[in-house]
Amino acid sequence: MNNNKVIQVEGLTKMFGDFTAVNAITFDVEKGEIFGFLGANGAGKTTAMKMLIGISNPTSGNANVAGFDVFTNAEDIKKNIGYMSQKFALYDDLTVRENITFFGGIYGLSRKRIKEKSDALIEELGLQNVANKLVGALPLGWKQKLSFSVSLIHDPKIVFLDEPTGGVDPITRRQFWELIYKAANQGTTVFVTTHYMDEAEYCDRVSIMVNGKIEALDTPKKLKEQFKAENMNDVFLKLARG
Amino acid sequence: MKRFIGFIKKEFYHIFRDRRSLFILFGMPIAQILLFGFAITNEINNVDIAILDHSKDATTKEIINKISASKYFSIKQIIEKEADIESVFQKGHVKAVLNFEKDFSKNLIKDNKATVQIITDATDPNTANTISNYVNAILQQYQKDVNKDITIVYQIIPETRMVYNPELKSVYMFVPGVMTIILMLVSAMMTSISITREKELGTMEILLVSPLKPFQVIIGKVFPYIFLSIINAVVIVMLSIFIFKMPVEGSLFLLALESILFIISALALGILISTISATQQTAMMISLMGLMLPVILLSGFIFPISSMPLPLQVISNIIPAKWFIIIIKGIMLKGVGIQFIWKETLILLGMTVLFIALSVKKYKIRLE
Amino acid sequence: MLPIIFVLPLLQLVILSNAATFEVKNIKFGYIDNDHTSTSRALVERFNASTYFNVITDFPSEALASSAMLKGEVDVVLEIPQYFEHDLQNEKHNRLGVTINAIDGAAAGVMNVYVSQIIQRFNQHVKVDLLQPSDQQIQVSNIDTIPLFWYNETLNYKTFMVPGILVLLVTMITLFLSGMNIVREKEIGTLEQINVTPIKKSQFIIGKLFPFWVIGMGLLTIGLIIAKLIFNVPMVGSLPLMYVYTSIYILVVLGIGLFISNFTETQQQAMFIAWFFTVIFILMSGLFTPIESMPKWAQIITEFNPIKYFVEVMRMVMLKGSGVTDILPQLLKTLLYALIMNGLAVWSYKKTT
Repeated sequence: MNNNKVIQVEGLTKMFGDFTAVNAITFDVEKGEIFGFLGANGAGKTTAMKMLIGISNPTSGNANVAGFDVFTNAEDIKKNIGYMSQKFALYDDLTVRENITFFGGIYGLSRKRIKEKSDALIEELGLQNVANKLVGALPLGWKQKLSFSVSLIHDPKIVFLDEPTGGVDPITRRQFWELIYKAANQGTTVFVTTHYMDEAEYCDRVSIMVNGKIEALDTPKKLKEQFKAENMNDVFLKLARG
Repeated sequence: MKRFIGFIKKEFYHIFRDRRSLFILFGMPIAQILLFGFAITNEINNVDIAILDHSKDATTKEIINKISASKYFSIKQIIEKEADIESVFQKGHVKAVLNFEKDFSKNLIKDNKATVQIITDATDPNTANTISNYVNAILQQYQKDVNKDITIVYQIIPETRMVYNPELKSVYMFVPGVMTIILMLVSAMMTSISITREKELGTMEILLVSPLKPFQVIIGKVFPYIFLSIINAVVIVMLSIFIFKMPVEGSLFLLALESILFIISALALGILISTISATQQTAMMISLMGLMLPVILLSGFIFPISSMPLPLQVISNIIPAKWFIIIIKGIMLKGVGIQFIWKETLILLGMTVLFIALSVKKYKIRLE
Repeated sequence: MLPIIFVLPLLQLVILSNAATFEVKNIKFGYIDNDHTSTSRALVERFNASTYFNVITDFPSEALASSAMLKGEVDVVLEIPQYFEHDLQNEKHNRLGVTINAIDGAAAGVMNVYVSQIIQRFNQHVKVDLLQPSDQQIQVSNIDTIPLFWYNETLNYKTFMVPGILVLLVTMITLFLSGMNIVREKEIGTLEQINVTPIKKSQFIIGKLFPFWVIGMGLLTIGLIIAKLIFNVPMVGSLPLMYVYTSIYILVVLGIGLFISNFTETQQQAMFIAWFFTVIFILMSGLFTPIESMPKWAQIITEFNPIKYFVEVMRMVMLKGSGVTDILPQLLKTLLYALIMNGLAVWSYKKTT
């Protein structure tokens, strides 16, 4: 096994009855990479991701995440990954600090470590004034950034982001991507799904899923050359229209 | 373990932040037990009746006086003709009409026999039957008084001893029942709601991706509610002892253990409900619609199980509340120890284990 | 969700209506015969023959009998003393010990009546058998009572309970659904979206509640069909009157549900409150226990219980054939209740959004 490849997927398939949601996808993700996982709504992105993070059983194929097999070692995978879901998933009725403490706790961080982490995180996100306020009272953009930072609290090898910037304003989105870059620079692999094509330009490599299959996979630059397109949006349109 | 404690702490935050639910959670049982303990009784008192007296003689007057003096009846109306009976019933003003035949006294003296009809509104069969029995009893007493000079021979007199509840208080019947309903529904509802809530909010997904084991998540969610339910149980038992003067003939310690067992079985049922429902709405409808009436009707809380048709007696066995009611009545009123209720305890324990096993089986570590 | 709304309640109607009976039968009976004579055996035989008493157990000792009572294996124990027959013949009267488990006071009262009746009849029999010429014959005057059970001659509990349980189910479904509805949208966040549309509050509320109203009426219809076909409950009165009343009644329930929904922040709170009131409404509706027997203050509380009126009207119209003038008080009170609750609901909805 190549130690640089933190995600290795081969022929991964998920069927719901007769419907093939994910159709024999194959790809690798390298350490420290920002890997964009693109596709229209319903293309199978979220389903594919759920198989990788161990909350959905693949129908067939092979996948190895952070060195562990998704079929046999899902619990070991969980210790090594972070996850931020499409739905905003912090507790509204807990304060910022309580949320951080809670998630730090369930990943088994020591009390001292949680304290250090919370302080650093709150400072980094500029949340000093609202650290003891209920999360429910924060604007959505702040919640998203907090949610991202919380998913990194245990320094995972890979962080999975499922449409993290849905419903967020452009400025916040920018700031959000700065956070992603920072994490990647520190060696965390970022696996991100999105349907904002401009965001695809920020990724090291992108794959584009259409109807459960990966139709294209390369760096944004090469994809544009390959499809003779101005930007990723055009690449996507060309692919989606077949 | 540290992860687990953090988890429980979080659950307590949820509970204490939601002041209204907390208030309802503790206020509700107190209000209900007080209200029902005082108000609900299946005794018959002050039933409104009407009199249709075709004789209006000394004997009927005397009988009417006796009836009016009893605590069971109050005479609401005097009617004059048979045709009026239908209309007083239809208006729902009275539950019974006493119809004395013509020449009542005369017949009684001449033939030693006189007739009175007890016409009851039997849309409520229980009340109708009871009224009929009570009027009979009053008439019998009246005759005994009249005939008291005559000695009756060859008489066997039963000496009846009402055990466990000599004053026939219906509070003894209803307090254990209300306690059971409250513990059952509150526990099942709370857990099923709080678990499905995480599903709905999307936080459940995050918890499943974390290294926390699914059973840790579930136990962590249920743990705080065990505490809350125990507090509820303690309050209810205190109210029944101090306000309703219910005796605790048996061991208070045993009562506590059995209550904890019942609470855990109700919570386990709540978990099971949450595993089969995706939204809070479904969970609530199942726990409310599915549990409320069966618990009220099939547990022996109001209606005696032994009088039910056989298939229902069989069905009643799957209602955990039935067994708990037998246990509480046994400990509080009969003063029995575990040697008399071990069977019921085992059944309850078995159910709890079954609920937990089913939930573990149904609980999807992987959401699909 | 649909099975929960329709199948669950109707299934309960079919099953649970059979459970709700205050009749006392199959009484678990035991005896201790210390006499072992033909008279004592004849007495036990009387209990054996009665349809009320079931499971007859012969206990050799009092200790065993009381232990069985503690275990709940027996509810009535008859103790026949030694020299029972001898004393009866010589002293012309005798005493018997009867022990009754009285935890359910009402049932114990009824059991006592049954026991007394059997013993009384046995007395008469004994009298005829043992009466000697020396005993003077006295004619005792006798008042004959003729019990007449109108509207339900056979004292069938199902005709009484089926309409009542149907009322409960219609109420619970409509209350829970409406109580959860708006607060659910609040929680999910869709309410905000609706509030920015030009829809009028009243239109919005009517649009929200109308489906539940239809569900309630549908449930009533299926329930009535079940009552007729399965339980053969008589429907003496006017069906249209039943529907007019129900249509107003459901409005009351929906108003209460909406009001709860407006004043709560989470579905959990809404359901706890709805549950709290439902249990009170059910147990104080006169459906299972008579309202007249409640203390005065509790009777006043029942005046505010919509289920009470519905149960009354349902029974009056269906079983007794009461007309519109007979149920006018209930009808007017329900109408007033509907107006107040919905008024409050609309008013509070404006205030909270």
